[in-house]
Amino acid sequence: MTNHWRDIRHADLILVNGANPAEAHPVGFRWLMRAKLDRGAKLIHTDPRFTRTSAVADIHLRIRTGTDVAYFGGLINYVLENELYHKEYVEYATNAGFVVADNYEFSDGIFNAFDEDTGLYNTDAWTYETDGSGHAKIDIEHPRSVLNLLREHYSRYTPEMVARISGIPQDQFLEVAKLVGEMGRPEKVMTIVYAVGLTHHTTGVQLIRSGAILQLLLGNVGRPGGGMNAERGHANIQGNTDHAISWEILPGYLKIPAPGQKNLDDYVEKSASTKLHGLAENFFGASYRNFMVSLLKTWYGDAATKASEFAFDHIPKPAENASWISIYDQALRGRMEGLMLSGMTATSIGPDSNQVLKALSNLKWLCVMDAFATTSSEFWHAPDMDPATVNTEVFMLPATHWIEKDGSFTNSGRWVQWKDPVLPPEHESRHDHWILAELFLRVKDLYRQQGGKYPDPVFELTFPYRDPRKPTLDELAKEVNGSDLTSGKRLASFADLKADGTTTAGDWIYTGHYPESGNLTKRREGIQNPAENDPTGMGFYHNWAWSWPLNRRVLYNRASADPQGRPWDPQRPGIRWDADKGLWVGDVPDYSPDTPPGPNAPLPFIMTGEGTGRLFSNSVADGPFPEHYEPIESPVENPLHPEVSTTPAAYLYDKQAGRPNRFGTVADFPYVATSYRLTEHEHYITQHVEKLVQLQPEAFVEVPAELAKEKGIATGDRVRVASKRGKLEVRAVVTKRLGPLQVDGKRVYQIGIPIHWGFVGISTGQHWLANALTPFVGDASARTPEFKAFLVNLEKI
Amino acid sequence: MAEITPGRAYGFFTDTSVCIGCKACEVACKEWNQLPGHEPAFGDGFDNTGGLDAQNWRHVQFIDNVPDQTMGTGQGKAWLMMSDVCKHCKEASCMEVCPTGAIIRTEFDSVYIQPDVCNGCRNCIAACPYDVISQDEQKGVAQKCTLCYDRMQGNMEPACAKACPTDSIQFGPVDELRQAAQQRVTDLQEQGVTEARLYGDDSSIYGGLNAFFLLMDKPEAYNLPNEQNAVLPRRNNAGGYLATLGTAVLGVFGGLIALRRRREPAAEEGDQP
Repeated sequence: MTNHWRDIRHADLILVNGANPAEAHPVGFRWLMRAKLDRGAKLIHTDPRFTRTSAVADIHLRIRTGTDVAYFGGLINYVLENELYHKEYVEYATNAGFVVADNYEFSDGIFNAFDEDTGLYNTDAWTYETDGSGHAKIDIEHPRSVLNLLREHYSRYTPEMVARISGIPQDQFLEVAKLVGEMGRPEKVMTIVYAVGLTHHTTGVQLIRSGAILQLLLGNVGRPGGGMNAERGHANIQGNTDHAISWEILPGYLKIPAPGQKNLDDYVEKSASTKLHGLAENFFGASYRNFMVSLLKTWYGDAATKASEFAFDHIPKPAENASWISIYDQALRGRMEGLMLSGMTATSIGPDSNQVLKALSNLKWLCVMDAFATTSSEFWHAPDMDPATVNTEVFMLPATHWIEKDGSFTNSGRWVQWKDPVLPPEHESRHDHWILAELFLRVKDLYRQQGGKYPDPVFELTFPYRDPRKPTLDELAKEVNGSDLTSGKRLASFADLKADGTTTAGDWIYTGHYPESGNLTKRREGIQNPAENDPTGMGFYHNWAWSWPLNRRVLYNRASADPQGRPWDPQRPGIRWDADKGLWVGDVPDYSPDTPPGPNAPLPFIMTGEGTGRLFSNSVADGPFPEHYEPIESPVENPLHPEVSTTPAAYLYDKQAGRPNRFGTVADFPYVATSYRLTEHEHYITQHVEKLVQLQPEAFVEVPAELAKEKGIATGDRVRVASKRGKLEVRAVVTKRLGPLQVDGKRVYQIGIPIHWGFVGISTGQHWLANALTPFVGDASARTPEFKAFLVNLEKI
Repeated sequence: MAEITPGRAYGFFTDTSVCIGCKACEVACKEWNQLPGHEPAFGDGFDNTGGLDAQNWRHVQFIDNVPDQTMGTGQGKAWLMMSDVCKHCKEASCMEVCPTGAIIRTEFDSVYIQPDVCNGCRNCIAACPYDVISQDEQKGVAQKCTLCYDRMQGNMEPACAKACPTDSIQFGPVDELRQAAQQRVTDLQEQGVTEARLYGDDSSIYGGLNAFFLLMDKPEAYNLPNEQNAVLPRRNNAGGYLATLGTAVLGVFGGLIALRRRREPAAEEGDQP
């Protein structure tokens, strides 16, 4: 989230897209309800299904899954056409006035710099016209200014086109567009709330960017009650992301080095943003080396010296994509021997569970660290599996549950909150980090005894814990925070990190959470005394836990005030310039606190090379502006450019590996399906929780009433739902909450697939995995699987 | 919250307009009151609890009125969700029929079944107009919501209200809740939600409910008796008795006439040779 949960109550309008917070985030949902109840905010839920969120929304728009780029595109077009954008904000805080280089082109669904052979864009080609100093040319009237190219790009997204693509009737779309258009006024603010309903598409990143562009145009980024707010799906998934759960980053969103980068200079040159405007701080780009050297110093200690390039060579430089689906692709290609799973179950998570099961069967060994038996630790029990043909040796290591350990959770709003263990660990279970420590020490021993390839990273890794076999999370938190090696003191800010090897930081964005004064994530000064703990009344509660970066509660908050430092809306200030004190006051400023506003002040978005928010961006793989592409499996051709119907930049694993095609067509699989969670369960683990199994005991699919009538299906009947990849045989729930859509003149039905059931848990014998249906393909940039849009057939059994 | 004081009437205001059907109330209730619940069984996908009974003291009803065209206001009208519970009626029929005196009115004005006094006769189960009570077959006693009597004695609000994320379930002194409810219904009316209404906040429903509701449709839509039907038969119900007497008299006359008529054809038959 750019903002945080409590902040949502400041919004005048709440767009919920690709999310179902009433069901998936019922506790956080109170803040959406507070906005409604206390300030009369309108809540608009745009979703394929009428859910428990829609039930309390003011408007529900039924949208075809995977078409939110068209919906947001329509809103962007409406705001631009009717000159409803926040002009002063857009000129001050976005790259609207930057002039794009003259190689820019978009025709017939393809941007410039696409390589047909590799299926990749050269994103470096999407750039600005620059002057001699490398700064971008600024001229908002220029025909190739970002604003003018944006107008041109989105002019195709008329209400008619939005309706043709998304199935949202024009009058309904325009009613919402009118409400959204009002949010460009400085005294109004809108928030966009989203979740994996936007992420789980081949166009996932662009779906989210579409929302961000709309928010930048309306001047709503950086402001309380505004922003682009991702609801994270687990208590600590934000913490996971921050600490590099994704293959392509190191902790703190530093890029993983790529082959060919021989030293730190190469790495920084390829990874860090460059300054594109005279007044841009380019803080991230300028500090990149400080952060990377401090990380290397943390990991490799004395071996990280100037002479050794701070052990830069110890960091792997993956030659190929190593994201989630790629792991199984590698196993299917027979290139993977073993796999360790911790805190999740691959079999259930998919995509294309049958193919994942095959991948697991191809392994020599599989090690599952979990508190409970999972569909992976018992994967040979899956439907249609013949245990006799599985040669994989499976190890189950009993791990503690989070309820049995301390440590921090980082929530969606970036608040890092320390917790205590509630129960002592049972039997022989161990903490995951103890298992990993033990494993590391044994591997190190083996290297010592037997030698091996490239032992240096193993021998030189620092392991400075009191009991190396049992590091405490407190020790790890201090290590993550980082220290000044000269004074031996822990640091209070990442601004003090250096590139000369005198500082450490295990994750620079967490520097400051555990300074010398103590672990700030344990603080709980909250609503017991609002007058003292929330002096601005804006709900920042700076002494409740700690949020990255630097305890800032709203990111990019310099943009909450005008160039003179006055809040756009004095009723809902983020920060403001206090001329008497000579300081920015309010939230922790996203900005040097004593730098006065004025024509020569740094631009508000301190992290980017532009110094502004980016309407045009070269940091995504599939286009500098979002464009609507159909899901890989779609019932219609893309009305915008049928020749390039799906994104050209998606990586098709089976095709590339020479395996048979696993995508179906509308002729055989006529219905659109989407998968999701229900409020009663949390992924798969709650199949072990009796009270929740009682609430939601059995797998089902939701079927539109009209379609059910055609097929003679009633609630409770058993049905077979099949995709090209697999099937489910479960009960039907017939409802009008999933109605038919008119898409490009065609009647389209959508079927809903809750994900929670498998063959492990209290109710055994339900051998159906929702992800048996989902396609083995992911987003062009992030490779996140397309769980939310695929084709199926439906039959009554 | 202010201290929970004996001698004051406490209850629930359940505002269905903000209920999101998350069932946290159901789970919190079961956990606190150590109710094992039933064997898991598929109901209709969203409601797999079925109703209030000895194991379920809170139950979220789902009433699906979603039209084909889903535009327009959701506002809690199209898919109704309501966390149902014992109403703790002012005129509690369960109490009136209890032969052992097991059902009492507590110092918090709630209706409470004392398990150690209940003899399992089931009279209250038949008497409850809301179908709230049923027998715990293991223990052989009638069970229902206690308004978390034990928690209240420890100055804690009931578990369901504590767990409710949207404050759909509000707990407090009944007089204060009634004021808040009045304000909420006025606000909703002003926002154009004209169907919003209170149920049981005044004496029209069984003399008044300590657990009352804001509904988004007619009471019948939620299977609740409306004002005409929510009247308890009782000894001083003169109109009711007179009407019953009248019916009885008419019945006797009817019977006599019928008997006479039966005799007539019989006589005729007897005349036949």
